[in-house]
Amino acid sequence: MEKLFEHFSLGLFVWQAVLFIALVLLLKKFAWKPILDSVNSREEGIKEALDAAENAKLEMENLQADNQKLLKEARAEREAMLKDARDMKNKMIEDAKEEAKEASAKLIAQAQATIETEKKAAIADLKAQVASLSIEIAEKVVRDELSNKDKQVKLVESMLGEATLN
Amino acid sequence: MHRKIALKPIALVLFLLSMVSYGKDQHGHEEPNTGKTTEAEVKEYIQHHLKDSYDFNLFSYKTDAGEEKHIGFPLPVILWDNGLKVFSSSRFHHGEAVAEVDGNFYKLHHSKIYRVESPEGEIIEDEHQHPINERPLDFSITKNVVMIFMMFALMLFMFRRMAMGYKLNGRMPRGMGRFLEPIVLYIRDEIAIPNIGEKHYKRYMSYLLTVFFFVWIVNLFGLTPIGMNLTNNIAVTLCLALITYVITTFSGNKNYWKHIFWMPGVPVPMKIILAPIELLGTFIKPFALMIRLYANITAGHVVLMSIIGMVFLLENWLGSSLSFLLAFVLAILELLVAALQAYIFTVLSALYFGMAVEEHDHH
Repeated sequence: MEKLFEHFSLGLFVWQAVLFIALVLLLKKFAWKPILDSVNSREEGIKEALDAAENAKLEMENLQADNQKLLKEARAEREAMLKDARDMKNKMIEDAKEEAKEASAKLIAQAQATIETEKKAAIADLKAQVASLSIEIAEKVVRDELSNKDKQVKLVESMLGEATLN
Repeated sequence: MHRKIALKPIALVLFLLSMVSYGKDQHGHEEPNTGKTTEAEVKEYIQHHLKDSYDFNLFSYKTDAGEEKHIGFPLPVILWDNGLKVFSSSRFHHGEAVAEVDGNFYKLHHSKIYRVESPEGEIIEDEHQHPINERPLDFSITKNVVMIFMMFALMLFMFRRMAMGYKLNGRMPRGMGRFLEPIVLYIRDEIAIPNIGEKHYKRYMSYLLTVFFFVWIVNLFGLTPIGMNLTNNIAVTLCLALITYVITTFSGNKNYWKHIFWMPGVPVPMKIILAPIELLGTFIKPFALMIRLYANITAGHVVLMSIIGMVFLLENWLGSSLSFLLAFVLAILELLVAALQAYIFTVLSALYFGMAVEEHDHH
């Protein structure tokens, strides 16, 4: 301990104190402050850049999700449209079939009606012809046998009745 | 090429020899010059090495005629002895002569300046071999003060350059700054912020950075053969520790003083007992800082130089080469110690500042 005191030099202490404090103050102004400020601003910059990158990534993800959604919607819409078109086509075919059926039924009915009418006309015609034929026959019979006219008419009528049944 | 390689060990040996002969000179042992190195000479040389000196001595040697030659240059001596006295240290003739300035006579004794009465004036010693001569106030530019000036210029240059680099290189370090920046960041992130806290650390950064680099570089310089060891001067470590103490004391908040004088959370009698202990602690902490740095560096130098001395004392090839190897390993260890002591000083300073500004009551 005594040696320590002996070793102590006031001059050195004073020089050290003065120069060291001056050094701290000068370095603070000219070195540490600019250095630490630069480092801080750089670190801030890096942090901001990282944040920005992160945000960009998130945005990108959002965009992609939106795109996906849009795509899905478009697909669904296309699907719906196709379905509508198919339905419409089916309906049209169905309608057309119905109409055709109706038309053909109508035609058939008309044809049947016409056939019926024709048949009736033919029968009526036939009847007339048979009647006239019968009359002709009757005339002939009358010419031959005027005396027994009633008997003859009766015979003709019975014969006619038989002819109608045919 | 071969010559160059061979010159290096020779130069080293010459240098070591010169150190030994210097030790001889200082204390004027009138032993016959046998060319052999004695234990006492090594001891004296180590003692001398640890002391400050008034001239910048690079090395000394003895001519064949036994005459001492010193290579180096004198430094200014500045004394306050009823007026400012400035003169060159060459007037002491390496301690052999009495310097006369304005009618006053000064003599060097054990690397200290004493006032003597006459040109033939002798140092009068008491029974404990302490000189009773008057010592003038001494503000000389000694070798160590030169070192402080050099450190001042070097650090200013280094870190100013580093700071300029950021401007030129767009916020990125360049040149030496690339090496220094991780250290600066380490001090900020691993020493200042954890010990002081995010809120207050900025105020102490300048001091912590300066003290770390100052102590580290000074310690490294101390390991060079020029032998300028600032940190093995108690005056230097006292100065640094005192600055830490003053900063701690002046930044102490209410909480800090409360913990010293009226420790919360303990019974009243304990508070009374603890107060003087805690108060003493505030002085012991910087005192320990001072002694730790001083003792580590001094001890390192003493051990290293003793082992170098052994190279010359053990006069056989095995002992000398083993000592050389040991000295080499130790020198590498000293490199580590140089950084370690700077680190410890900085960490502990930061810790004390942290205690002073701590806000929350954790008891």
